[in-house]
Amino acid sequence: MQNWINAYSATNLRFLLQGLWVTIEVSVISILLSFIIGLILGTIRYVRIKYLSKIVGVIVDVIRNLPLLLIIFFTYFGLPAMGIRVNPMIAAITAMVVFEAAMLAEIVRAGIAAVPKGQMEGARSNGMTYTQALFHIILPQALTMMIPALLSQFVSLVKDTSLATIIVLPELLYHAQIIYSQDPNYIIPMYAIIAVMYFILCFCLSRLAKYLQTRLANVF
Amino acid sequence: MWQLFTQNWQDFLTGFWHTILSSIIALVFSFILGSGFAILETNPNKFWRGVAKVYVEIFRNIPLLVVTMFFYLVLPKVLPAMNGFTAGTIGLTLYTSAFIAETVRSGLQSVGTGQMEGCLANGLSYWQAMKNVILPQALKITIPPLGNQFINLIKNSSVLAFVAGMDLMYQGDVIASNTFQTIPTYIIVGIFYLILTLPLSYYMQYLEKKLA
Repeated sequence: MQNWINAYSATNLRFLLQGLWVTIEVSVISILLSFIIGLILGTIRYVRIKYLSKIVGVIVDVIRNLPLLLIIFFTYFGLPAMGIRVNPMIAAITAMVVFEAAMLAEIVRAGIAAVPKGQMEGARSNGMTYTQALFHIILPQALTMMIPALLSQFVSLVKDTSLATIIVLPELLYHAQIIYSQDPNYIIPMYAIIAVMYFILCFCLSRLAKYLQTRLANVF
Repeated sequence: MWQLFTQNWQDFLTGFWHTILSSIIALVFSFILGSGFAILETNPNKFWRGVAKVYVEIFRNIPLLVVTMFFYLVLPKVLPAMNGFTAGTIGLTLYTSAFIAETVRSGLQSVGTGQMEGCLANGLSYWQAMKNVILPQALKITIPPLGNQFINLIKNSSVLAFVAGMDLMYQGDVIASNTFQTIPTYIIVGIFYLILTLPLSYYMQYLEKKLA
């Protein structure tokens, strides 16, 4: 019992919260960037531009089918080899954005494909150009339908930030490891509390996803 | 890069083998566990539904790495220690089973309620109806999403690297630090992963189109 009380001292808790903050920071930045890039890539893949769509398709498929851990290694060791200096934070965010953008591109493509064909036909026959129809008619509908899938992808992004411990990104899991490496008695209390922290963070997000799923099911 | 491969091919293949082995073991057990929890989740009994829900929510919302590390570091404090491969595979199994439970549950719910009512009216017990009528129909619908879970499982098996699980990622790490050829090593590792995941992923896309 004494172990637990000592493990949760104010200094340790503050240290853990700093880690949690880095986790949130990396997640939010990666979510925003990867959403924008994923949206663009998914749309490119859908609209069938000669060659470009095929190339994007192959790149997206390859990245989606690689483990995120491998991509983290690539950015951490690969970017410096290309002459770009990176710290763990930038390497982690780059890896996350690359991986998640590919995952989101697939969600976006599937979402656009799920909009009924008549919508595009109707828009075109009302005198809109293809691009106008895409941006004003198709994408808004596709995005509302995609929200649950997007959110559950974001949940897995938050969980995946823990993989960046391997490149010593100072996030939640890494801070916990620093604390319990000082005293092996802290291992159990540390894993208990970070599991709870991750759980709260992800559970709120997945609850939101579930709520939106039922709400949107009624809309369509 | 070719030279790097020919010099270390045995290590790469050991890793490849451990990745396949761990993925398949985890797939089999997480499928059994996941289907079990999915059936519990659709069970009329409130208590069992609650148990299944708690299990699924816990493992879906905690990072795989934390689950795996739990089995590698925390459990040996109470139970006899296990090696990285075992700990990693157990972690993978529990984590994936929660996702499979969700997939199978939505499959079960897509089978019309009339099916179950019809079975019960014809004198089958709940479990007989589940086993012979509902589950076979549900599993058919869930084949493509289950395939995608299996692809995720193969990719996720790279966390074995954190617990010295001898898998592809771990071997790649060792080779990279021995030869200092970091990027070529990771490219070879990536190709090995793609050999496993890419055909599966295209096959699942094909199946999805065919079944739709």
